[in-house]
Amino acid sequence: MTSNAALATTHDDKHSGPVVVEMEHLRKSFGNNQVLRDIHLVIHKGETLVVLGQSGTGKSVLIKCIVGLIDHDDGKLAILGHNISELQEKELIDLRKKIGFLFQSAALYDSMTVRENLEFPLRRQLDLMTQETLDSLVKEALQNVGLAAAIDKTPSELSGGMRKRLGLARTLILKPEIMLYDEPTTGLDPITSKEISRLILEVQNKYDTTSIIITHDIECARLTANRIIVLKDGRCAAEGSYKDLANSKDAWIRSFFE
Amino acid sequence: MEKPILQQSDDFREEAASIPGILPESISYSVFKRFFLDVASLTLFTLRFFKEVFRPPYEFNELMKQSYLIGYRSLPLVGITAFIMGLVLTIQSRPTLAQFGAESWLPAMVAVSIIREIGPAITALIFAGKVGSGIGAELASMNVTEQIDAMQVSWTNPFKYLVVTRVVAATLTLPLLVIFADAIGLSGSFIGVNLKGSVSAHLFFSQVFQSLQFSDLFPAVIKTFFFGFAVGLIGCYKGYNSNKGTEGVGKAANSAVVFASLMVFIIDMIAVQLTSLLQN
Repeated sequence: MTSNAALATTHDDKHSGPVVVEMEHLRKSFGNNQVLRDIHLVIHKGETLVVLGQSGTGKSVLIKCIVGLIDHDDGKLAILGHNISELQEKELIDLRKKIGFLFQSAALYDSMTVRENLEFPLRRQLDLMTQETLDSLVKEALQNVGLAAAIDKTPSELSGGMRKRLGLARTLILKPEIMLYDEPTTGLDPITSKEISRLILEVQNKYDTTSIIITHDIECARLTANRIIVLKDGRCAAEGSYKDLANSKDAWIRSFFE
Repeated sequence: MEKPILQQSDDFREEAASIPGILPESISYSVFKRFFLDVASLTLFTLRFFKEVFRPPYEFNELMKQSYLIGYRSLPLVGITAFIMGLVLTIQSRPTLAQFGAESWLPAMVAVSIIREIGPAITALIFAGKVGSGIGAELASMNVTEQIDAMQVSWTNPFKYLVVTRVVAATLTLPLLVIFADAIGLSGSFIGVNLKGSVSAHLFFSQVFQSLQFSDLFPAVIKTFFFGFAVGLIGCYKGYNSNKGTEGVGKAANSAVVFASLMVFIIDMIAVQLTSLLQN
């Protein structure tokens, strides 16, 4: 386990490629509530980082800052070499094309069918795409998550696990370089949670994406993480591999893994 | 990077809170401050609408879909209400006109009433109830389930896709619905006239058109564009800026109807005053 100060420099030896996400002194407050106080973080290409922490410690805020859904107040946040706070709206939209975001609720469009949900991001980016190309991409994405038979259903007809898988398929359909997962297994039974974790791992191996996973599910963290950080009071309290943190001398850190 | 409208209004709130108040804090934080902050927030929302509406890309397919959902799907409700409105107005007016021996004026009186005021106002109120609440609840529900955020990370401008299309669709379809309602209302009136008498359709509608002037129809139709705009904009504002949680959905739908209905009456009052001034 390493200290907060050394956080930016330590990482798994296998992941020493180009820096994809870089944060320095990142801060974010909502009124008087300081959610992120002083975050330092460097994530390399192909790495899977799991963020643990109690509810309300700013985990979701952290990844929403990365994708530009929330503006940070202070500090540096660079994604793929672009400083987020200096980007114009169009540049931010272009950058988002390289980032996939799986929301906690999957955030499927209720008024659209499964097919339309998957076609939506494709049509936004590639207006001139033929229907045949669209169909083949949609079918491939659904096969990847085992939902080929549900193509003409609406989200309300799907179970929680299926919705999560569909959300994942929609996020992955344009093969983003960075994947952000906001509690991907919350609300699912243990078997479905494990399925989703394995799916995340498959995606990781197949497309070599860089992933940040916010979760309370220790099994998901164990299966997917190259590196884990624990947030406490808006700061990185600890960082290391699953094994490092599970055997931490700090009882509070160990309590996450018990 | 452009700040979302909610965040702009949050900034405004913080700024406003930092100014030393003339009134005691307990009062200054109450109704007045909330009202003016909401007005400021709605003004920013409206300005953003005008900024986005002329800027490409234009969401034409979504506009067509919303026009169908907002306009075409409202036809049965508007039609039934207008028919009953014409029928009842005729039945209720007949005894009064009969007292003065002016029953023959019934078609003309009903036509002027429906075309100038009752048709636009009643249709706009029904529209506020059906469409305003629908838009408010739909967008609030999308907000709660993070669908708006999902749209934003799917390289879509949710304001343009969700708000601009709905406001434009409401603005363009309400005048058409009012014209439809006027026609159905007059048909209801024709049946009402014939319940206690015998007037041919030719005679009835000849009297109707003879009694109407261009100055009756034109201002009545023009004001419905403003009614439609107000209903669409307020529905979108309440839904888009709703609080998270299911309670926020109910509140957004409810306040959209109340506020939109109120705005219809305020716009109507201004329109009547302006028309009256221009005609004199």
